[in-house]
Amino acid sequence: MILSRLTIHELQSLIRTGGATSSDIVQSVFARIEEVEGRVHAYITLMKDYAFAEAARADQDIKAGKIQPLTGIPIALKDIVCTKGFLTTCGSHILYNYVPPYDATVVQKLREAGAIFTGKTNMDEFAMGSSTETSYFGITRNPWDLDRIPGGSSGGSAAAVAADECIASIGSDTGGSIRQPAALCGVVGMKPTYGRVSRFGLIAYASSLDQIGPFTKDVEDCAIMMNAIAGYDSQEATSVPMNVPDYTEFISRGIDGWKVGIPKEYFIEGIDPEVNEAMQRAITTIEGLGATCVEISLPHTEYCLAVYYIIAPAEASSNLARYDGVKYGFRSQDSIDLLDMYKKTRSAGFGAEVKRRIMIGTYALSSGYYDAYYKKASQVRALIKRDFTEAFTLCNAILTPISPTPAFKIGERMDNPLQMYLSDIFTVSTNLAGIPGISVPCGFTKGGLPIGAQFLAGHFEEGTLIQIAAAFEKYANIEKRRPNL
Amino acid sequence: MYFNVRKQETGLKITKDEVDYVAHLARLDFSEAEKSKFTSQLNDILMYMEKLSQVDTAGVEPMSHAISLQNAFRDDIVKDSLGNDLSLSNAPEARGPFFRVPKVIE
Repeated sequence: MILSRLTIHELQSLIRTGGATSSDIVQSVFARIEEVEGRVHAYITLMKDYAFAEAARADQDIKAGKIQPLTGIPIALKDIVCTKGFLTTCGSHILYNYVPPYDATVVQKLREAGAIFTGKTNMDEFAMGSSTETSYFGITRNPWDLDRIPGGSSGGSAAAVAADECIASIGSDTGGSIRQPAALCGVVGMKPTYGRVSRFGLIAYASSLDQIGPFTKDVEDCAIMMNAIAGYDSQEATSVPMNVPDYTEFISRGIDGWKVGIPKEYFIEGIDPEVNEAMQRAITTIEGLGATCVEISLPHTEYCLAVYYIIAPAEASSNLARYDGVKYGFRSQDSIDLLDMYKKTRSAGFGAEVKRRIMIGTYALSSGYYDAYYKKASQVRALIKRDFTEAFTLCNAILTPISPTPAFKIGERMDNPLQMYLSDIFTVSTNLAGIPGISVPCGFTKGGLPIGAQFLAGHFEEGTLIQIAAAFEKYANIEKRRPNL
Repeated sequence: MYFNVRKQETGLKITKDEVDYVAHLARLDFSEAEKSKFTSQLNDILMYMEKLSQVDTAGVEPMSHAISLQNAFRDDIVKDSLGNDLSLSNAPEARGPFFRVPKVIE
């Protein structure tokens, strides 16, 4: 038995019955990292010494009978969440040496639940990208085909789970950055409701859209991770003071009698035929579970991308103003004065995609253009949210594709930013409306690339998503394959 | 407006001069080659944004957050803060209790 291949819940029962120690599990995960990391490059920083020391401590706790839901489980963190005393780069040259003096709330919560961190995973610079190709620290490769991208921006976290280089991981999702890489790497990924998981210590990209969530090997593990990270945080002003249910209770409830909405605007020309076939099979699976699929309409769908690529860069241009070479990170030398230092630092410290988005955002917020771009986008955003509110009066959940194509080739879209942005066409609406979404594996292409299905539900309905995704996962019975690494 | 005149001449959403101006606002510098590439890419992107003018938004209240929360207040209790040393621990240059920067004025 190879421990690194198992799920959280499988390892938890082994730990409880004495079948494995935390040290065994951490050993197995790092052996796997040793074996494949040179080819995948899922991590920016490994925390090996820390992980082994923590495992020894976890084994003491286990002996003493103090077992938390994640005790002894190796978990990877996207390099966008602050870890006290450990390098946190956000995939950027401008933070190449940043060591946070505090932990993000999500890190603290995972620690309290017993998790052991394996390292910090690779990502598109400042989470801006759909392919993990814009990281200052090099690209991550898709474990299913090393010539292809893993998706992004949380590509390292998705690839690490798919390649068994951790048991589960944390990502962030501003326009699809958890769900799209989860789909392209054949793992489960959830973007929770805005406000459900604290963003304290998450390096900001677009603050009204950013949300932290888990990558896991199955839906039950997703529920376990959500139990650990969800909840109110007084340190985060948009965190919502609401009770969090036990998400594992939704696992085996089934969806008999449910209505599942199929939005016609998401089944458009241009979807890869194999993705489309997989979606049709998913619809059949849902109906086989006793649910009815009903056609619904989200009329403002075609405007989602334009709205997203105004609002997200606008917020980014403001959030990224803090990188000025004064307080932390990279500073350009040989400046003649302060203004010159700002410009040289930011121009050398940020990569092309980040600069592009700062430029779009600054332009959209600049005097004379604010009404035409930012205000207009914020108004259309309200209409997009209203579409979802109306749709959820007709159905319990919505089923859509995640990505119009399976994983594309490395370098394929790097010279055409607009084409890269179109990768996010089915995911950005979720963030604009603030609702939760989950990506679940729903098959493979003939060439062996994973395909994902997306379920969406109303605000704070993560339990609904666990319920439908778990039922789907069980009944669809997607062939268990491992990437051939 | 200066920029509007320029745009009528070129038929572009954003001109190279405007890219220059926005770059200054964003405290970024670009080489001539980068400027040309950015101008063309930003034009493509802004053309795509034009789609939004098709949507009737008369009377629609702009939305800034998905979940409406009123003010998030807490009790005014003094808690531990980072302190000077930790706050300066990542500074590219510090002297005593201060961040150090190049000269601001002559």
